[in-house]
Amino acid sequence: MTSPSENGPLAETEVFRRGERWTPLEYGFWACVVVAGLTLPGYSLLLSQALIMGVFAIALDLLIGFAGVTSLGHAAFFGMGGYTAGLLSVHGFREPLMDLIASACVAGATGFVCSLFIMRLRGIVVVIVTLIIGLVVYEFANQAQSITGGETGLEGIDYAPILGLFEFDIYGRVALWYSAAVALLAYLLLRHVVATPFGLSLKGLRENIERLPALGISPQRRLMAAFALSAGVAGLAGALLVETTQFVSLEVVSFDRAAAGLIIVALGGAGTLIGPMVGAVVFIVGRDYISAIDPLYWYFWLGLLLSGSVFAAPAFKAIRAALASRAHSRRAVS
Amino acid sequence: MIATIVSLGFDGIAFGVVLYLITCGLSITMGLMNLPNMAHASFAMFGGYFTLELMRVGDVPFLLALPITFIAGLIAGAVMERLFFSLLYQESELNQVLFTIGIVFMAIGAATFFWGTWQQPLKMPPYLSGEIEIGRVTISVYRAFIIVVGGLVVAAMIVAIDGTLWGAKIRAAVDNRRMTASCGVNVAMLFTTAFSIGTGLAALGGALSMNLVGIDPFFPLKYLVYTLIVVVVGGLGSIKGALAASLLLGIGDIFVKYYYPVAGSFFIYVLAAALLIARPQGLFGRPA
Repeated sequence: MTSPSENGPLAETEVFRRGERWTPLEYGFWACVVVAGLTLPGYSLLLSQALIMGVFAIALDLLIGFAGVTSLGHAAFFGMGGYTAGLLSVHGFREPLMDLIASACVAGATGFVCSLFIMRLRGIVVVIVTLIIGLVVYEFANQAQSITGGETGLEGIDYAPILGLFEFDIYGRVALWYSAAVALLAYLLLRHVVATPFGLSLKGLRENIERLPALGISPQRRLMAAFALSAGVAGLAGALLVETTQFVSLEVVSFDRAAAGLIIVALGGAGTLIGPMVGAVVFIVGRDYISAIDPLYWYFWLGLLLSGSVFAAPAFKAIRAALASRAHSRRAVS
Repeated sequence: MIATIVSLGFDGIAFGVVLYLITCGLSITMGLMNLPNMAHASFAMFGGYFTLELMRVGDVPFLLALPITFIAGLIAGAVMERLFFSLLYQESELNQVLFTIGIVFMAIGAATFFWGTWQQPLKMPPYLSGEIEIGRVTISVYRAFIIVVGGLVVAAMIVAIDGTLWGAKIRAAVDNRRMTASCGVNVAMLFTTAFSIGTGLAALGGALSMNLVGIDPFFPLKYLVYTLIVVVVGGLGSIKGALAASLLLGIGDIFVKYYYPVAGSFFIYVLAAALLIARPQGLFGRPA
């Protein structure tokens, strides 16, 4: 990293401009989405779900990959968005875009309230408090059956045509393009955010939280802003899922979903945004495939994939170190 | 009224003791190795299934099956620590969480494969089933047995941590791992023994909880949050803190579920979150 004083003020803006430039992978991914949407009509619902999971994953990535905060309870915000969208529709507000925005705002506001508690915590306690937040929301959705419908879910969710023009069809064609458009917008938003000075300060949060105040940045406030934004985007994803499937049940707030988000971020590559997006598609399609062959033991294969992928790097390192030391000692003997 | 409260309190203590057995190993793992082991409750689940198989296939009496399960847990813990967990200590928190959640999922899948999704009851020997009446209070013999076994383990743990050289090393390493290592203590060995004992106790706790809370393949996920709450509320690496938190959680859970079943687990979660926000280092932990 060169310091700005050596290269003049231009270099400073260069950092941001580089962040804004699209990579071939990003062009490729979105091009593939369009091509797949046009050529594989049978997979519209699956692809739409994958993109929604991608939006959820990039919301998590903002926290994990940039701010360095591991949240195990993000399904709470996803579910907040989902239930808000469902309830709005059941109570007669059937305009998809307005519902989407309202749901994201509700989830973001919830995230903001939660961030008030989380901002002072560090490390493992954050993981556990976020896990508890997720469980509290789950328990609430489970118990408040008169509002949420409990295990059976909400009935009678229905939406007006998008912008008054495109009506949701049973093949999920409109749902797919709607999901893709919203996912792209969410992606562009977060992509822009991480490339701004604000985004850089989030990296500062991850790298060296003690030094941030010396730059005149309040780590607590940045963390709160990041958490609220991430919760809002997660809520957007939840609302999108409910609008495109016209169904909401406890699954949206489940621990499985929160864990799936983490898995996708980790597999796709934390701190890259496009990685989790690609990861979400791979994950959802893979899940569809495996659970079709072996629905009962999907958990096992998921666990194996997860542990194996994390374990591979240190295991290789240990094996290499062991081989190196053996080779070394053999050389020392001869 | 009083009789109800006393017998609920008794149930709560029994549940708290089982929670303590399952989690005290995790408290050491998290305090000593900084490893948030999400999979700790799955050790308890396998302990329960192991006892089940011992009694069903091997026809081993329950009282003999318990120590065998404990020893099997010790061995399994030591092997797992050397093979897998020791490689994770240097990894990032996210990777540790992911790896151990992966183990939870694999445990669920494996348990479903071998034992099915329903709860398997243990057939208790006659001298451990039934109830005794003291005045107007009815007490289940099995719960009394759990409390006795748990009390012995608690006493043994406190003596081991406070009164032995091994315990002194553990306490030193929780406080300052690098300094302890530079005093010539083999910290890696210490980690293995601590992990092994923790796994053994979890297996024992799982065996005892078979007939108390019941064990099914989703046990690791259901009790994941209980174990984590006990550990962080008690204070990382604090054996007495874990005991206090287990009893608090056990008794609180039984009472809330009896008097306000609708509140369910809410109360516990909210209480735990509030405690953590007020005292992030836990009840018995020292401020970082």
